Amino acid sequence: MDIVVFDNVTKAYRSGEVTVDALRDVTLRIPEKSFTALVGPSGSGKTTALNLIGCLDQPTRGTLTVAGQAMAGMSRRQGAAFRGAHLGFVFQDFSLLPVLSVYENVEYPLRMIRRMSKKACRPEVTRLLASVGMEDQADKYPAQLSGGQKQRTAVARALVGQPALVLADEPTANLDGQTAQKVIALMKRMRDEFGTTFVFSTHDPRIMEQAEVLFHLEDGRLVDTQAAPGEVDR
Amino acid sequence: MMDILGLAFKNLLRYKRRSLLTGLLITVGVVAVIVFVGLSGAFKEAIVGQITDAVLSHLQVHRRGYMASIDNLPLDRMIPAAAYKRLEGVLQANPAVTAYSPRIKFAAMLSNYAQTTNVRLNGIDPAKETAAVPLLPSRVRHAAEPGRLLQPGEVLLPEVLTRGMEIKTGDTIVLVANNKDGSVNGMTFTVAGEVESLMGPGGRDGYLHIDDAAALLRMETMEISEVAVRVKDFDGLQAIADGLEAALADMKTPRDTPLFELHTWEALSPFYNVVRMIDLMALGIQVILIALVLISVLNVMMMSVYERVREIGTLAAMGTSPGRILSLFVAEGFSLGLVSALVGSALGMGALYVCNLVGVQVAFGRAGQLFTLLPRIAFGEVVLTCLIVLAVSVLASLQPAAKAARLEPVEALRHV
Repeated sequence: MDIVVFDNVTKAYRSGEVTVDALRDVTLRIPEKSFTALVGPSGSGKTTALNLIGCLDQPTRGTLTVAGQAMAGMSRRQGAAFRGAHLGFVFQDFSLLPVLSVYENVEYPLRMIRRMSKKACRPEVTRLLASVGMEDQADKYPAQLSGGQKQRTAVARALVGQPALVLADEPTANLDGQTAQKVIALMKRMRDEFGTTFVFSTHDPRIMEQAEVLFHLEDGRLVDTQAAPGEVDR
Repeated sequence: MMDILGLAFKNLLRYKRRSLLTGLLITVGVVAVIVFVGLSGAFKEAIVGQITDAVLSHLQVHRRGYMASIDNLPLDRMIPAAAYKRLEGVLQANPAVTAYSPRIKFAAMLSNYAQTTNVRLNGIDPAKETAAVPLLPSRVRHAAEPGRLLQPGEVLLPEVLTRGMEIKTGDTIVLVANNKDGSVNGMTFTVAGEVESLMGPGGRDGYLHIDDAAALLRMETMEISEVAVRVKDFDGLQAIADGLEAALADMKTPRDTPLFELHTWEALSPFYNVVRMIDLMALGIQVILIALVLISVLNVMMMSVYERVREIGTLAAMGTSPGRILSLFVAEGFSLGLVSALVGSALGMGALYVCNLVGVQVAFGRAGQLFTLLPRIAFGEVVLTCLIVLAVSVLASLQPAAKAARLEPVEALRHV
């Protein structure tokens, strides 16, 4: 079962008088519960692909289906509802809300997006914080955390609503090598624990090695696909 | 809702100095409105009280057409004795009326045997006049007998004349007046004191006994120029006046028009325009407050949105709906307005309390009489001021909040 299906997807941007194709006729499938990496140099189209999967942008041509839902023609409100229900995000710069504690940051998607009561959120938030090893830091604020702790918090926040798919754009770019490996290991463990599909972009070879499915992009084109046996059926 | 407000408060505290300065500005505005409304209200109350309690009373009844010629003090537009009797009956039957005083108003020549001048006089029944305008005795200086206003054969002269003509209490003067037929009559009177001048109609008139006035004008039957009426409930004055007017409507002139006309103090005193000016100034200061809140909240919220573009992108990416993002920023403006309005209200009411403790005094009238103001503000006025601040805060937040809600997540996330 594929959770993401790109079918001849092209994404073009207008840059002044020039039209730039950030993605060109990309066709790929990302299996459910896989640990997938989009790799390639800067400007290869990784972030554009993640934005399209994340319903933050719309394809110019082609069809894109995420979690069984066609992405074309979604309004902003529908897009937000879709993201809130099915997707989790991990950002390169962690993007934790600085005025909220670790606990409140993880709680945010449940309280503010799914509008659950504080009481109803507590078991899930506590469980996630324990899973990422941040239960002792729950009352701290982002400014009091290390980079690794911030990203673990961000992973917990991405997973708290039990999304089908977590998208991570260069999640280790701001971390040292050792911490980066730990965060990737954590994400993989979370995939195993919660059965969530992880799709992340990276250009770090050590991180790429951890991926089970690897799509190599260059100049907006898919140039190579590597997968563990049985992971990708193209 | 509480979550949104909680997050809004946290975001306000994130920029402590900016929020504090903006809040302080709004607070000062709210304090200014409350103190101004309280003080100006007390000033109005004191001055209106002085005018109605010392000269005009709350309302006056005249024969129709008298007011149009009141500057001439016409003697041919008096209320006839029979009509006055019926008017008295109506006034006595109305429970809202606490007192009334008939007056004969006329102009006379005043002579102290050395100099002559003209004077406007009121013939009054001292007991009824004191009941209708209770502060009149307090305007009398150098009284012949403390506690007594006047008795037949006495006259109270305006201070502007006694000083100019060097007339003293106890002196004898002559008053000469024309009656309505044009014949002249003169009588001697003893000066019982001088009356302090006040602003407005009747503020520089003299007083004599109503029986003396009738005798001087050679009235065969008592005719009345005006009847000053005092009511129980000053705030319900207009309704009482309307009721009296309706009760008197069946008394007609030969031309079948109403015999009487009623005027409340607002129509009789030019000070009413000053009252309206004060109300206008209060409105002006509220408009300034609105502008203050609008500009300061708009500014702080625009800066807030501009500085948090990437954060807005993150919120949107996580699935926060545009409506929710809009509410988050509107809640920030609302919270800022709420805290400032509450603090400003508390400080403003505290300032009024201090004014009451200290006792703010103002001088009024030519004599510079001092009044101690008792500033207070109705709870409804404070609530209204807070509601204005909150409404304007929300209004000012809407544009920046809408801008935040309209941000494309993908572009917001690219923002550095």
